[in-house]
Amino acid sequence: MLEFSNETLAKFKTTLAQYPEKEAALLPTLWLAQYEFGYLSIEAMEYVAKLLDIPPSRVYSVASFYTMYKKEPTGKYLVQICRTLSCQLRGAEQVTDIICSKLKVNLGQTTPDNNFTIMEVECLGSCGTAPMMQINDDYYENLTKSKVNQIIDSLA
Amino acid sequence: METNLLTKYFGVENSRTLDFYLSHGGYDNAKKALKMTPEEVIDEVKKSGLRGRGGAGFPTGVKWGFLPKDNPKPRYLCVNADESEPGTFKDRYIMEDDPHLLLEGIVISCYAIKSNKAFIYIRGEYHYGYTILEKAIEEAYQKGYIGKNIFDSGFDIDIVLHRGAGAYICGEETALIESLEGKKGQPRIKPPFPAIEGVFRCPTIVNNVATIASVPWIIEHGFAEYAKFGTEKSTGTFLFSISGHVNKPGIYEVPMGMPLLQFIEEKAGGVIDGKKIKAVVPGGSSTPILTPKDCETVNLDYESIAAHGSMLGSGAIIVLAEGTCIVRSLLNLMHFYAHESCGQCSPCREGVDWMYKTVHKIEEGTATEKDLQTVLDLANNMEGKTICVFSAAAAMPARSYITKFKDEFIAHFDHKGCPYEKYNYLAD
Repeated sequence: MLEFSNETLAKFKTTLAQYPEKEAALLPTLWLAQYEFGYLSIEAMEYVAKLLDIPPSRVYSVASFYTMYKKEPTGKYLVQICRTLSCQLRGAEQVTDIICSKLKVNLGQTTPDNNFTIMEVECLGSCGTAPMMQINDDYYENLTKSKVNQIIDSLA
Repeated sequence: METNLLTKYFGVENSRTLDFYLSHGGYDNAKKALKMTPEEVIDEVKKSGLRGRGGAGFPTGVKWGFLPKDNPKPRYLCVNADESEPGTFKDRYIMEDDPHLLLEGIVISCYAIKSNKAFIYIRGEYHYGYTILEKAIEEAYQKGYIGKNIFDSGFDIDIVLHRGAGAYICGEETALIESLEGKKGQPRIKPPFPAIEGVFRCPTIVNNVATIASVPWIIEHGFAEYAKFGTEKSTGTFLFSISGHVNKPGIYEVPMGMPLLQFIEEKAGGVIDGKKIKAVVPGGSSTPILTPKDCETVNLDYESIAAHGSMLGSGAIIVLAEGTCIVRSLLNLMHFYAHESCGQCSPCREGVDWMYKTVHKIEEGTATEKDLQTVLDLANNMEGKTICVFSAAAAMPARSYITKFKDEFIAHFDHKGCPYEKYNYLAD
């Protein structure tokens, strides 16, 4: 059965104490679960439901509403290319083309070695440094053709 | 006259540390405010003319005044750091470059509205900003600038950082409240407004990051000094985000009322490759688009942009140079809105998806003029018929792109597809 490590459990308790109502800790707890387990499996969501004393259906409904909660495993590096207007105007489509052809995958797919998952996402609030992408938690901004190639090579 | 009221220390080394902040008079304004009465602080903000920087531009002091006087429940401040209107990135810079400015603003604002707890709702993608704020909050607690009985004033203040998880709609204040309560971010029917019944069914004020970060300056210099900047009804400075086809995209803080073209030339370095402007989105992706003719006379204040049929919104300017396909740009935004509708109200949920599919047909060249009318009908029939303003946010660009650039759409019918080349601005 899935369980938080002692360290994560301590973080969970601190988080819980910050809210006047238990259920308010759902989003932060789902984050803890995602970092600990890699993604939010049904089992992980059931565990979160038990921790917060709410029905599992409630947890699933919330987890599926927010795009950043992963309901399926992804590659080691989740590459999310911003596709919205400011980035598109500065060449986001080319960034996607370069990465997909370099890694021989289509959008939404994971490389056979499970290293990269490539996605397009909506505005990441980095329009002044467009085009840009997010790889796991980090932003890569002011992308150029050579920069895109270097970044992918360094993680390959 | 110096106009960098909020951005003075942006990009300066160590600007995010408490030591740096203190060496420049940090938290002195909080100490000063705590010696005033809460009513005096509200009065100062009210008289400054400060308006909400998140998009709606509602007077901040007036909003604070909506809190009920006789409700015994606790009050909460929710700082809206969900910043998700395409084109907007000002709050991110405040949080990353001067986090203590925001924290000091929160201390003063909470004191003014008699709240002992603030939540900062930060969008999930801003992980870096989250870590910066987390550290800043920790430092401030350690030194007693937040926590119990700060500055021996008897005032307690707790600040909780709450991370979202990817949903544009959570920038809408009641969706933010729902999300903070651990639910799907679906807006609530108003009234009751959050000031009466907000998070955890308690009186709540939701303010944007840049709004709260403006408060310390107003306390330090007084409302009259603040109101010297800008125009009569749009006082102060604004952190405009500019992106798209300009040489120096970024954040520039200027007094409101600056002519748009002057801003583009002097601050953003003009349009790339010496091109002409084809269109400008003045206040974030939801605001109606401006033609080059509109741009000639429009100034960056609420009234002037409204007089030109658009909105200042979140101050996110997106410049489209000649050679840009207007249909393709609208298609991009319709994809965004179709993806981000929360799904609660049918006119919006079905309407945005239908608009996206129809604009897609136009861009591909398989549509007829009847389809153009379909998009307009959809826009007109969803705006104002849903719980929140998301439907309007999607309808406004659709309607304005079509009415102001109708020739472009017709060209797609005639050409049986897009007559423009794909964007190829990615540098080597």
